[in-house]
Amino acid sequence: MAPWPFVIAAYGLTFIATLATSLWAWRSARQAEARADQLTRRD
Amino acid sequence: MHAFANPRRFLAIAVPVTPWCFWSGVLLIVAGCWAGLFIAPADYLQGDSFRILYIHVPAAWLGMGGWSGLTIAAVMQLVWRHPLAAVAGRAIATPGAVFTALCLSTGSIWGRPTWGTWWEWDGRMTSMLLMLFLYIGYIALARSSADRGEAGGVSRVTAIFALIGALNLPVIHYSVEWWNSLHQGSSIGLSGSKIAGSMLWPLGLTVLGFTFWFTAIVLLRMRAILAENRIEARLARMSRG
Repeated sequence: MAPWPFVIAAYGLTFIATLATSLWAWRSARQAEARADQLTRRD
Repeated sequence: MHAFANPRRFLAIAVPVTPWCFWSGVLLIVAGCWAGLFIAPADYLQGDSFRILYIHVPAAWLGMGGWSGLTIAAVMQLVWRHPLAAVAGRAIATPGAVFTALCLSTGSIWGRPTWGTWWEWDGRMTSMLLMLFLYIGYIALARSSADRGEAGGVSRVTAIFALIGALNLPVIHYSVEWWNSLHQGSSIGLSGSKIAGSMLWPLGLTVLGFTFWFTAIVLLRMRAILAENRIEARLARMSRG
């Protein structure tokens, strides 16, 4: 059984999951912090 | 540790540290994966499929490390009532679950060319799958207590659930010794490594890189949860007039 398709699938899956988690964490922090700052400035 | 109980003081450190952790993690991951794929020699028995090791081991390490972090946060919440412990617990849960799922899926992909099967109900794989379900349970409990507005979004029940789930950690670790398993035994221990040096060093890079990256994600999540708490507190104050 050729190993490289399995190796590529495993690395590809890890890359996608890592990228998606990074984007989700960054976006949620950015949006929440921007909204909190906006509310603070309004007072 | 109580020096960081003030969210403002915590944020003063977390905000500048986050990009350093993130980008140093990314650099180490890229270097480790490159070395693991193209520089490390092929295994004499498994051939090139062993290269999945360089992502599978960090995923297992962070899946288990994540739950260890949840356990420490739960103890700090229950014993010392540390205000950031509940926030840390919630922040760790999702990336921990992602890495547990990655450990299971990369292990399954590695198992097909090596063992001839995608899955086997043996001690290591079953206990790891149980940990994924424990993570999902923790996330659901934490979300429901956050909806009820409990401290930091993690109730005492959720923290106790994390402590009970920690009983699964030694089961995962010793499963390959306690039961017959297709999964190999530990290759790296306190006494040294059974892996050749030429294959081992890229693993050091990926483990360290994913650990830095994981820390950055947890810090980002903690910042998001603290900001959401600030928003809720502010809206509650505004509604009271």
